[in-house]
Amino acid sequence: MSADINSSESRKDKAKAAADKKAIMGEDIDLTKFTRAAEDHPYQKDPSQLASATKSKMLEAGLMLDDPSQRVGTFIQMDNTPIHSSVKEEGVEVMPVSQAMKTYDWLSDYYWKAVAVDTDKYTASVEMGQNDGYFIRTLPGVKTDFPVQACLYLSKAKFAQNVHNIIIAEENSELHIITGCTTSLGNEPGMHLGVSEFYIKKGAKVTFTMIHSWNPEFVVRPRTAAIIDEDGLFLSNYVLMKPVNSIQMNPIARCNGKNATARFNSILVARPGSSMDVGSRVFLNARGARTEIITRAITTGGNIVSRGYIEGNEPEVKGHLECRGLILGSKGSIHAIPELKGNLAGIDLYHEAAIGKIAEEEVEYLMARGLAREEATATIVRGFLRVDIDGLPPMLNTELQNAVKTSENDFM
Amino acid sequence: MLEIKDLVVAVEGKEILHGINMTIRAGETHVLFGPNGSGKTTLLMTIMGFPKYQVKAGTIFLRGVDITRMPVDERARMGIGMSFQRPPVVRGVKTRDMVLASMKDKSNPDLLTSLASRTDLLDFLDRDINYGFSGGEIKRSELMQLLAQRPDLVLLDEPESGVDLENIVLIGRLINELLEKESTMRTRSSMGLIITHTGFILDYVNARNGYIMLDGKIGCMGDPHEILKEIKEKGYEECAKCILGSTPNVC
Repeated sequence: MSADINSSESRKDKAKAAADKKAIMGEDIDLTKFTRAAEDHPYQKDPSQLASATKSKMLEAGLMLDDPSQRVGTFIQMDNTPIHSSVKEEGVEVMPVSQAMKTYDWLSDYYWKAVAVDTDKYTASVEMGQNDGYFIRTLPGVKTDFPVQACLYLSKAKFAQNVHNIIIAEENSELHIITGCTTSLGNEPGMHLGVSEFYIKKGAKVTFTMIHSWNPEFVVRPRTAAIIDEDGLFLSNYVLMKPVNSIQMNPIARCNGKNATARFNSILVARPGSSMDVGSRVFLNARGARTEIITRAITTGGNIVSRGYIEGNEPEVKGHLECRGLILGSKGSIHAIPELKGNLAGIDLYHEAAIGKIAEEEVEYLMARGLAREEATATIVRGFLRVDIDGLPPMLNTELQNAVKTSENDFM
Repeated sequence: MLEIKDLVVAVEGKEILHGINMTIRAGETHVLFGPNGSGKTTLLMTIMGFPKYQVKAGTIFLRGVDITRMPVDERARMGIGMSFQRPPVVRGVKTRDMVLASMKDKSNPDLLTSLASRTDLLDFLDRDINYGFSGGEIKRSELMQLLAQRPDLVLLDEPESGVDLENIVLIGRLINELLEKESTMRTRSSMGLIITHTGFILDYVNARNGYIMLDGKIGCMGDPHEILKEIKEKGYEECAKCILGSTPNVC
């Protein structure tokens, strides 16, 4: 790493230069409408003591605070204050990224190395007005059975949360993360800008399940990239079934080591008024690298752009891209944009995309077993959205089912 | 009792069935023969109540209730069950979900496993329904759902097609169970209407009546074994002369 890139002055300069740089995709957001200032919140040694309304919102986004027995660590940030970080197992590190920067000199080797600081005005904003974020790391050979849970929570109206997260799985380690981003704001605007950089070392495995639960006035611009070394695996699950005003994200995975694997599963439900531009990009840069990008998108009146991009740059790489969309109701749109790019012989990439309505033949088949039309449709929609998600707590599963039911109510 | 009177049915504007009359009493199983395209499946689909099959004239009564305009799900809940010849694949909906949805008696927690075991489909419960199933697996899956549903009127559309010899005995046994063959005629309440090309089913059910359907009309009501013999000896063409020439005869 050159001294120049590591210099915080240089980073600041680059960010400053990109302060007005519009993103390539998605509606442009006027950042001046949001404030970076928010009151500090007190540290919570025992997060089960948080207000029950707060805990219930966090539970919607996958956080188990009353019974964290099935979690190996917890990180909670409220607005700009990390209010809790704890870890229960040796070899797993969970702390605010600001603390990690002080603890580890070498962290600068990972800081803004997967995501470019001057990608757009949102990355620039995170650099210039960063409100912490989380650092999660597993030491070499450490394998966790249960996930680390992390929550980024917004409680102040018109606040822009600018977080920067660093996740490192050292060689041959295994790390599961369930992260929920949510807000207590009913219908007031807010903005979440989150930079997440993943480093998956040789033979390591990371599963990352992210659940977003916002409100109809929220704008969200995550910027995520993962670098995967030899025999490493990155499995990303993303669930967004609650209303949002506007979200645009297009995370990148770079499979740089031999046989590195990246898998993205996304479940999107766009309600009326929601605009979603969500994709995944994978660069297969080493022999034997593999990827699978799977999206299930439903609109009940909102607009979804579902992107996928796979690029094969070395022989014997394989990639599969699949987007299935259902349009339920008379409004809303789904625009699937699957892209494959092969730069040499000996690669195997394919995609499939299908957008439609529920097949009447399938509904009638279920009705012939005695299910009412509504039940038959609900069963098919539930099946459509069924992507097995690692580490999802039972209550969240219920929440997911409820969200599906609500979606059905939107069109029936 | 199922009573079909002067039933005329059209599909996408084209008349397929031209005045069908049929009565199946409690405990009876009837068998429907006929060449491809003669309207056999149309009759079953119409009895089940699929909207694509439009009743232009006539009535269907089940246990004295006029079901001619009743939606398919209500008919299923009333006790009509059908084994489909080519059921659709429903991605994400597991075989387990279908059996549980079909289940009439939800109080028995072991019923699902028991049914899957009897139909040799334990490994299929967590697979998407009909996805990548072979012909025989589809038939067994359909019968498993019907055994869960326990209908009074069982409609089977070619239950033997695509089934290998090894599985044909199992299929026969399941149909036998579904139609309560072991019960006496007096105690048996289930009714059956079965489409068959091979007649193998006759070894497994006490079929009372057989019919030949040709060009949307029914004729040759009679002993199903005799009818099958007749078809094997003379073919459907001879039957056509009998059926289409005048009013239906009893063979």
